[in-house]
Amino acid sequence: MREKIRLVVQNIGLPRIIIISFLLTLIFGAVVYKIPLDALTTDTLVRFGMNGVLVLAMVPCIQSGTGLNFGLPLGIICGILAGLISIEMNLVGFQAIFTAMLISIPLSAISGYFYGVLLNKVKGSEMMVGNYVGFSVVSLMCIGWLVLPFKNGEIIWPISGKGLRTTIALTSRYDKILNEFMSFKIGGVVVPTGLILFFFMACFLMWLFMRSKTGIALKAVGDNPRFATASGIHVDRARLIGTVLSTVIGGIGIIVYAQSFGFFQLYQAPLYMAFPPVAAILIGGASTRNAKISHVIMGTLLFQALLTIALPVANKLVSEGNLSEVARIIVSNGIILYALTQAGGGE
Amino acid sequence: MGTQTILEMKNIEKEYFGNKVLKGVNLTVKPGEIHALLGENGAGKSTLMNILFGMPVIHSTGGFNGEIIFDGAPVSLKSPKEAMDLGIGMVHQEFMLIPGFTITENIKLNREITKHNPFSRVMGEKLKTLDTEQMNKDARKALDTLGIGIDEWMKVAGLPVGYMQFVEIAREIDKSNMKLLVFDEPTAVLAESEADTLLAAMKKIAASGIAILFITHRLDEVMSTADQVTILRDGELVATMKKEETTVMQLAELMVGRKVEKLGKEKKENTQQEEIIMEIRNLKVGMPGEEVKGIDLEIYQGEIIGLGGLAGQGKIGIANGIMGLYPAEGEVLLKGKKIQLNNPKASLNSHLAFVSEDRRGVGLLLDTSIELNIVITAMQAQKKFLKRFGFFDQMDGKATREHALKMIEDLDIRCRGPQQITRRLSGGNQQKVCIARALTLEPNILFVSEPTRGIDIGAKKLVLDLLVKLNRELGMTIVMTSSELGELRSICDRIAIITEGKIECILEPEASDADFGLAMAGEYKKLRSKEAVIS
Amino acid sequence: MSEMNVKIETKVIQKPDYRKKAKQILLENIVPILFIIICLIGVKLAKQPPLYILNELVARVARNSFIVLALIIPVLAGMGLNFAIVLGAMAGQIAIIAVTHWKITGLAGLLTTVLLCTPFAIIFGYLTGKLLNKTKGQEMITSMILGFFANGLYQLLFLFLVGTIIPMKNPVLVLSAGVGIKNTIDLTAVKYSLDNIFKLSMTKTMIAFGVLCVAVMIVHLAYRVFIKKSKPQNMIKYLVYTGIFAAIGTVGLMIMNTKSVYNMVLLPIVTLVVIGLLCLFNVFIVKTKLGQEFRTVGQDMHIAKVSGIHVDKVRVIAIIISTVLAAWGQIIFLQNIGTLNTYGSHEQVGMFAAAALLIGGASVTKATIGHALMGTILLHTLFIVSPQAGKNLLGSAEIGEYFRSFVAYGVIGVSLGLHAWKHQVQSKKKTS
Repeated sequence: MREKIRLVVQNIGLPRIIIISFLLTLIFGAVVYKIPLDALTTDTLVRFGMNGVLVLAMVPCIQSGTGLNFGLPLGIICGILAGLISIEMNLVGFQAIFTAMLISIPLSAISGYFYGVLLNKVKGSEMMVGNYVGFSVVSLMCIGWLVLPFKNGEIIWPISGKGLRTTIALTSRYDKILNEFMSFKIGGVVVPTGLILFFFMACFLMWLFMRSKTGIALKAVGDNPRFATASGIHVDRARLIGTVLSTVIGGIGIIVYAQSFGFFQLYQAPLYMAFPPVAAILIGGASTRNAKISHVIMGTLLFQALLTIALPVANKLVSEGNLSEVARIIVSNGIILYALTQAGGGE
Repeated sequence: MGTQTILEMKNIEKEYFGNKVLKGVNLTVKPGEIHALLGENGAGKSTLMNILFGMPVIHSTGGFNGEIIFDGAPVSLKSPKEAMDLGIGMVHQEFMLIPGFTITENIKLNREITKHNPFSRVMGEKLKTLDTEQMNKDARKALDTLGIGIDEWMKVAGLPVGYMQFVEIAREIDKSNMKLLVFDEPTAVLAESEADTLLAAMKKIAASGIAILFITHRLDEVMSTADQVTILRDGELVATMKKEETTVMQLAELMVGRKVEKLGKEKKENTQQEEIIMEIRNLKVGMPGEEVKGIDLEIYQGEIIGLGGLAGQGKIGIANGIMGLYPAEGEVLLKGKKIQLNNPKASLNSHLAFVSEDRRGVGLLLDTSIELNIVITAMQAQKKFLKRFGFFDQMDGKATREHALKMIEDLDIRCRGPQQITRRLSGGNQQKVCIARALTLEPNILFVSEPTRGIDIGAKKLVLDLLVKLNRELGMTIVMTSSELGELRSICDRIAIITEGKIECILEPEASDADFGLAMAGEYKKLRSKEAVIS
Repeated sequence: MSEMNVKIETKVIQKPDYRKKAKQILLENIVPILFIIICLIGVKLAKQPPLYILNELVARVARNSFIVLALIIPVLAGMGLNFAIVLGAMAGQIAIIAVTHWKITGLAGLLTTVLLCTPFAIIFGYLTGKLLNKTKGQEMITSMILGFFANGLYQLLFLFLVGTIIPMKNPVLVLSAGVGIKNTIDLTAVKYSLDNIFKLSMTKTMIAFGVLCVAVMIVHLAYRVFIKKSKPQNMIKYLVYTGIFAAIGTVGLMIMNTKSVYNMVLLPIVTLVVIGLLCLFNVFIVKTKLGQEFRTVGQDMHIAKVSGIHVDKVRVIAIIISTVLAAWGQIIFLQNIGTLNTYGSHEQVGMFAAAALLIGGASVTKATIGHALMGTILLHTLFIVSPQAGKNLLGSAEIGEYFRSFVAYGVIGVSLGLHAWKHQVQSKKKTS
């Protein structure tokens, strides 16, 4: 019996057990405080869908052996830029959002390519370098947002007529367009069908890719670069493909995120945007060397449920301050630290 | 020098996981004596030295039996530090030097001379100031003892290899209580002139009363330097004798000699060895530690050719070079067609398959299923096991599964099914997965490196039987690289012995022990120059 | 046997090739040179009065150098930039909040803070060191994430535990609801407690400094020649240094006599002396047995282990020292600022300290006191001038601000990248 418990613990992993029990406690708390569960479920589903694609962006990077993609803000910036262009083109609705995605792909691909070339030059320190590439790009783009020649009144500051707003509302464009597509209500729970479908679709495509020749080559490179070389796989190229793919998905991910959120956030906002997806996929059971689609789905669901439910419960508990935000910082960075210690190196 | 002994190891026995690697070895060393320790790889030399140094690996695997008497008193060595404190020193084969430090700092590494300052009196020993002046003086003295004129304040980075070795030795003789110094193949990395200097320095050290244990495989060095010779083979003490009483020939024979057991394989009745399948011309491979310095070799259709020799001589580099895993130059022709070197894909596309010596490092994806491990190389290099949908392709799950199941049955891979990850398999079964992957490539030539390394005896035989079966039943040409001469002699048709990156000679498996011994020690050509080339 | 005395002559005698050497020096210091140029351009564009810049710079260098110096020892021990000095800063802030609560003022308050923060910093440093030992090879990312993680715990402590689990009733510190510490805390109690002990005008300081150093040089030389009877090996070096110090003194004297505005620049002497002492401490530690162990571990962990050094222990000690110094550094910083931004003062500490060190020309594997001081001066010059320069150049002060954060992130990124790249090239060379 004891052995069995030990085995179960080992299979699920200690951090996941802690997080699941924490989540259960929170749900219990929510019931005790009589917080309406159906609203929470709705929120969880929405946040699950809107964050999922960003989490999915971690998969190709981890698979191809470049580790957790802390340089995700690069893709995010490209996505935001594409989103703004679609507004500047004065498009609305599905046409706008898909145009944004289409435009983001070449932008992300090009920047992802250069990022990938860089990562190939710094093997072993990808995460640290990637992190600072993300930070630098975000702060460089802060200057960019000030000087880019956008003209649309929704984007630029109304008074000075110069520089972009810090948040750009999508109300008149494609606010919640995916969320509301085919959405329906069961009891008190609103299911954002379009959003979830889009996310699952993306997961399915990724799953297909992982089973293609290139996808398998990527995995071999991530698992064991020397093996991959011996099997005639071009290691640097595979890593490059992984990085480009991750950046592209990051770009699409932020558009999906923004349409649900209702705003594009500029300037310093994308600075730490790589951290929640990283934490989510790790919570789902991934490591710095191995990630599966199931980790993405599990991790996003757990992490977002945790955040959604923690907020009202924490507010009931302590009305002052933002306890759930603190919990988010502790949980997400804690899980990253845990993953780093598991990655070995400590002999 | 008196006749008393400095070191006596009596009846030493050691087991690793039920595998006896030392079977009652005795070793006696006198002060001021240069004592050579000879033996093939795996003869037990390094285990014996590990015991002498009280290495943790010995104690974590159940200790050893026997008695060690050092300087007249029985000792039980629990850690390298104890050995050092007693006055046993080691000159490592790999340099334990820090390039960014000066020679003095390296010589005094963690043995720095310190003096008190106001802080250290309060805060403890660690804050004592270094006494650079005194340290430099000591280093100078040690270097002078060796007769080396380099400046002690120079940085080690950028020094020629030969000097680095001397810095290592200087560090050992700087230890004031040094009584026994072990040299582990010290000349392996040196040029000839440097080696001579080293041997001279060794004699000087011995003359000062320090005993030297000299591990080597170069017989001429033994003859020129040693006073006493001990030979180990398969964990047994073969002989201890005075240098004057022996010859190179005798040493060679003693080192190698063993019963060769034939593995169900008769000499091929019909020698249809005429057709050359592969021609290697002046191949050079830059594989660190196993450098190949220009070999010419012809491989015949349908034979098993063995590549033998001692570790570090370059035999491993040959297959790795041909497969494009390490930078290579020269010419390799397959059936008269040139193979592009330095391109693993080109080699794979020419239907060359390779089972690497580094099974867990290069040979396997440890966290991936058996079936994917078997098909992945064929999939990536030859686009097999794929289904195409326009621009997109998908892995053919069904074909993969069928093929994997067939391989599992054919090669008798013991597993819980094709989905099991390879990390959990035993060494022998992992090796079979590697062979299965190689076979999936439908190779013209199969390169197998160290196929039995790190797997237990029963599995060893199965793997060797499998190779013979492939050769006999499918007519597959096999190039087998192995450090175990016995293994090569049991299944190969010809054996090329590699020394110093070149082919010393090609021998029949039935050739005499002395011939093999001489060949491995690099003395064959010198002594048998006339009959050296057997085609 | 005796004539077997083998002599090997050193072939490695280098001819003094000054052009090559100059080029090498230039190349090694390319980063600080680049930033000197950027700073000069910035100063020119900003069109601020030099006196203002100088005054600001003195204040900023005095309050920030200490914490930058705290980064040197982990670099020495091969652990890269210790972004986890954030934890040290937290220890400092915990102590300063406690001291504010107890209303201990002035120098006594400052000393109590220092005493109080030290055990915290030691514990934090110990835990950090243990963690970094588990993630060898990924120390920097770990220490950075650890900073974020600890920040979460810190917020938990001061936002929610104070007033609930930890009883504290102090309307000055605690939020009106009785739970949590206020966002900003006035540190009037310890403000300038170190800086204001003794202030001296810059010119006088220069004279005093010059005279003192020259005197020390002469006494040292005399000690060597007359008492130890050993010849000084490098007479030129002595002369050059003495010359430089003498020049500093003379310049000070000259400015003082010209009644220039620069006479008004006042220096917080005690703070500078403390920084000077830390520099001496760093020099001292390198020359001890412990320092040699740091260096050995930093150069090659494996060899260090084989030669009997307790690698893990040495690494933990390095991090503990760094964390304690960071805690003290944060206290020096806060006593000068005078207000504590409870949830923000420490956040960026690690990053800006690392950026300063790197701008000074340090790398992930090599950092000196010179790098730290130079980098602090350059980074803060940039900080002073960039908003105004941005405004003058592009009509927006924000651009300057974004530019400087870009510089901070960018210089860390580039430096890490270069280091990793060099490492990769080297290991490739080794294996092929």
